[in-house]
Amino acid sequence: MAITDLTACRMREALRRREFSALEAADASLAAIARLDGRVRAFLSVDADGARRRAAGIDKRLAAGEPAGLLAGVPVAVKDNMCTADGQATTCASRILGGWRAPYDAHVVERLAAEGAVVVGKTNLDEFAMGSSTENSAFGATRNPWDLERVPGGSSGGSAAAVAARMVPLALGSDTGGSIRQPAALCGVVGLKPTYGRVSRYGLVAFASSLDQIGPFGRTVADAALLLQATAGHDPRDSTSVPEAVPDYLAALEEPVRPLRIGLPKEFFGAGLDPEVRRVVRDALAAYERLGAQMVEVSLPHSAEYAIAAYYIVATSEASSNLARYDGVHYGRRSSDHADMIDMYMRSRVQGFGDEVKRRVMLGAYALSAGYYEAYYKKALRVRRLIRRDFQDAFKTVDCIMGPTSPTAAFRQGERTADPLAMYLSDVYTVSCNLAAIAGVSVPCGFTRAGLPVGLQIITDVFTEDRLLRIARMYERETAWADRSPPVCEARP
Amino acid sequence: MRVDVAIRSARDLTAAARKARILPLSREEVLKVGTLSRIGLSDAEVGRFTTQLSSILDYVGKLRELDTSGVEPLAHALPLHNVLRPDEPRTGLAPEQALAGAPEASGDFFRVPRVLDEGVSA
Repeated sequence: MAITDLTACRMREALRRREFSALEAADASLAAIARLDGRVRAFLSVDADGARRRAAGIDKRLAAGEPAGLLAGVPVAVKDNMCTADGQATTCASRILGGWRAPYDAHVVERLAAEGAVVVGKTNLDEFAMGSSTENSAFGATRNPWDLERVPGGSSGGSAAAVAARMVPLALGSDTGGSIRQPAALCGVVGLKPTYGRVSRYGLVAFASSLDQIGPFGRTVADAALLLQATAGHDPRDSTSVPEAVPDYLAALEEPVRPLRIGLPKEFFGAGLDPEVRRVVRDALAAYERLGAQMVEVSLPHSAEYAIAAYYIVATSEASSNLARYDGVHYGRRSSDHADMIDMYMRSRVQGFGDEVKRRVMLGAYALSAGYYEAYYKKALRVRRLIRRDFQDAFKTVDCIMGPTSPTAAFRQGERTADPLAMYLSDVYTVSCNLAAIAGVSVPCGFTRAGLPVGLQIITDVFTEDRLLRIARMYERETAWADRSPPVCEARP
Repeated sequence: MRVDVAIRSARDLTAAARKARILPLSREEVLKVGTLSRIGLSDAEVGRFTTQLSSILDYVGKLRELDTSGVEPLAHALPLHNVLRPDEPRTGLAPEQALAGAPEASGDFFRVPRVLDEGVSA
């Protein structure tokens, strides 16, 4: 078995037993990137020298029998909206940042280094994490490893594709309205959005600060648990990071949750759900029933029909404020030709931002502007409370909520780019988790007839990632989806 | 069902609003929002965004269907309030680090274009 076929958990055991070195693991990952990424385009930058240097350092520690960390020698990719001070650029897939080099590491990047992970590169995304297909990147679209004509989902499409194509066993993404879970579903990997506040956002370039959350991608539930373990915890530099103890996510992972009451919201199985996705998800639910789970119909009356509308007001309002910092003064690009200060802002921003960022910044500015603030922004916040209540009520009677992660499998490149609203509806089942601050995971649950992966979304209440992972693992044990590798891994260039 | 059909049926939710074909935004409003956002739009962009933003506003207008009287706005879903730290001096970025990414700097300062018109006395 090739090193790149190993899960992160198995890789770290093999590294500890010195079956191969961290340098060999880094080289295997770099070779896979060199072989595949010309077609997949998951990475915006690859730091081969830095990765090899870090890996050699880990090998020294392992050889000396020194503690080398939870992820000692395991190659990891980082979405390019997280700051890295090691000389790699942090671009957010935007022209406006130019070749900006962050002067500090994000908290999660510090955590990866402390746990011995070897960061091999930064992955592609929709510009500033705004999008659901990784087509809104100033540096070109990422392709889905299962079908290169299709999108990987987004916005963390680069991280999802890199893990699916086995270029790295683990990657970090960020999820504001589904940007981890939806690409995980479309690429056939596990992607987890933790509770808001579980992972520090320090050094994550802000999009919508009350919704953004960093989380792990892996090919298995245990791998996602491992990366969450390495990155979760309180950080005083993020005032929304929560000082809540981090449980040992791996210790009880194999213990099933029994009894298990699964809530099925009828709103997640209604109009707009592709019948093939419905069938595959129903099969997964049947597997839970065979494991003794009890299915309970629940209602989340505000969480499908109104969640997208509320989300796109809240998220764009926060974005319009957060992205005011790209002013051509402090970092990034400045237009070369301008009459005065205001003109310089106007030109730098119109040249530096892509269309989707412009749309969202303007929509947010509109929703916050005099005369519309009550009708749009305040209204959306009231609906947000109703959505939060929906979930609180549901969790009184069920342990988790399940449904499809995405209404369709991976769609074709270009299919939704001309119609922003059609793209937004890709997130119909995922945005309500962010509005309610709760945890959600997408796990692979099968394939369409065309061979495209389908994801099952599992949602639990705040700070219950340990149970969420155990529930996901119960199903994964019964299946072998993680063993399948996408065609791009087999095909020769 | 094909993907486009699936999307279309999701969008039927707003079919009634769509039929009315009321564009809630004018070109002037888009220009105004562009100015508020400090985005100097081209004519072509104004046209494109007027149509697209109108369609999005049309969709989000469905929130009006909900009666939210008596419902308090929820800005932040976790009960965290006024997180403070001791007011002690800490080291921050050195000036050269803070200025390293600036398009233009002068000494320890960010350099910006002229703010006041010539002839206006300071």
